[in-house]
Amino acid sequence: MSQVPAELKYVDTHEWLRREDDGTITIGITDHAQELLGDVVYVDLPAVGSRFNRGDTAGVVESVKAASDVYVPIEGEVVAVNQDLVDAPEIANTAPYAQAWFFRIKPADAADYDGLMTADAYKALIGA
Amino acid sequence: MLQRTPLYEAHVAAGGKLVDFAGWELPIHYGSQLKEHDIVRTDAGVFDVSHMTVIDVTGPQATAFLQKLLANDVARLGFEGKALYSGMLTAEGGVIDDLIVYKTAWDYRVVVNAATRDKDLAWIAQHAKAFDVTVTERPELAMLAIQGPNALAKTSAAAPQLSALIDGLQVFQGLAASEVDGGWFVARTGYTGEDGLEIMLPGDQATAFWNALLVAGVSPTGLGARDTLRLEAGMNLYGHEMDETISPLTAGMGWTIAWQPEARDFIGRAALEAERAAGPAFRQVGLVLQGKGVLRAGQTVQTDAGAGVITSGTFSPTLKLSIAMARVPAGCGEQVEVDIRGKLEPARVIKMPFVRHGAQVFE
Repeated sequence: MSQVPAELKYVDTHEWLRREDDGTITIGITDHAQELLGDVVYVDLPAVGSRFNRGDTAGVVESVKAASDVYVPIEGEVVAVNQDLVDAPEIANTAPYAQAWFFRIKPADAADYDGLMTADAYKALIGA
Repeated sequence: MLQRTPLYEAHVAAGGKLVDFAGWELPIHYGSQLKEHDIVRTDAGVFDVSHMTVIDVTGPQATAFLQKLLANDVARLGFEGKALYSGMLTAEGGVIDDLIVYKTAWDYRVVVNAATRDKDLAWIAQHAKAFDVTVTERPELAMLAIQGPNALAKTSAAAPQLSALIDGLQVFQGLAASEVDGGWFVARTGYTGEDGLEIMLPGDQATAFWNALLVAGVSPTGLGARDTLRLEAGMNLYGHEMDETISPLTAGMGWTIAWQPEARDFIGRAALEAERAAGPAFRQVGLVLQGKGVLRAGQTVQTDAGAGVITSGTFSPTLKLSIAMARVPAGCGEQVEVDIRGKLEPARVIKMPFVRHGAQVFE
């Protein structure tokens, strides 16, 4: 059964979000997403400093069987990316909510975060 | 409604993630495709390939019939037990299917793909009318592929009654197992680039045999790993490398066409001879990605002689880089670029296979 940590926010394209103490938002893909993908073998991430609108494609995650876009779930500027994930994509399967974060965004509007899907709503979406 | 093999319950019990494979509910993996791939390269894995179609051909004109039907020549099968890989072609020289034919005590056994079963059987039946032959499908048979460097030893441990037969088989040979009842057939063939066996047996005995293999240390292996293994081995997959619109000469199957004797008028011969005389416009190559990303079927290949296409691509679990099979202009050079999601990434043309017996082959 997929893990859906209660303290995170979610979007329907299967990314999770976490607000850090400094107001930036850390983003990754959910446990459900990695289960659907299977063994992850390649991750491409955006450049630090890129600006995205919500819903833009910011990268790609590829498993042995398929490629899947990584969408930006909140408007803002990329302030950090996870090079460890690029070097060892398999951690997306083993630690989707921890070591395998994808990138960090400084949101254009901090209030956008509060309106995102809760863990309970995401659980309902995926039938968990 | 998806069809299920006799091993459906065994797949569920082993934690298989079941998906639709050509209308059959079969496991794509049992947890990790990468681990299953690695097990076949280093130890032994078992695949349920019971969805494949087994056809027996008997009769006074069985040889003449298959010499007409197939691009390779069954006359090359010098003794009972030998196997031959062949294309079955349209009159225009397209590939209806690829198959293995075994010379048997009852004349021949042919194993064709599941996805092409209906059209294959119709084509075979249509052409069999002109010959004194009987064509019989054997849907009651299950088929297991046990593959990997320890496949033969572990299968012998799981089925000691088969060990003498297994010990006597050379690569690409298969024989009926007279030691056991019910129509067992053991072949030293496979689709992984490793040593291994493909065993046909009555469906009602399949679960017991599967369980004995697991006890002997053979791991359940899904059809996802089967695809990455065959791609590393440079083996074609019907519907990817070839179909009825693709000539075998442009799909790396030139070696399977028996041009001699010239008098043998197999279906598709005239079209292929014309193509060979003109020089095929395309050829099959292997690609190794030097840039970023993963090569996938359908991506465009830009070469110094024009555009080609990737027919199968993946991340190679053995080599830890992305590889592909591609159909490119015949005159293309060694350096190409592949359009991966809108970016041109460099790739190198190599002579396949990529992997045999667990190790890199190409230079």
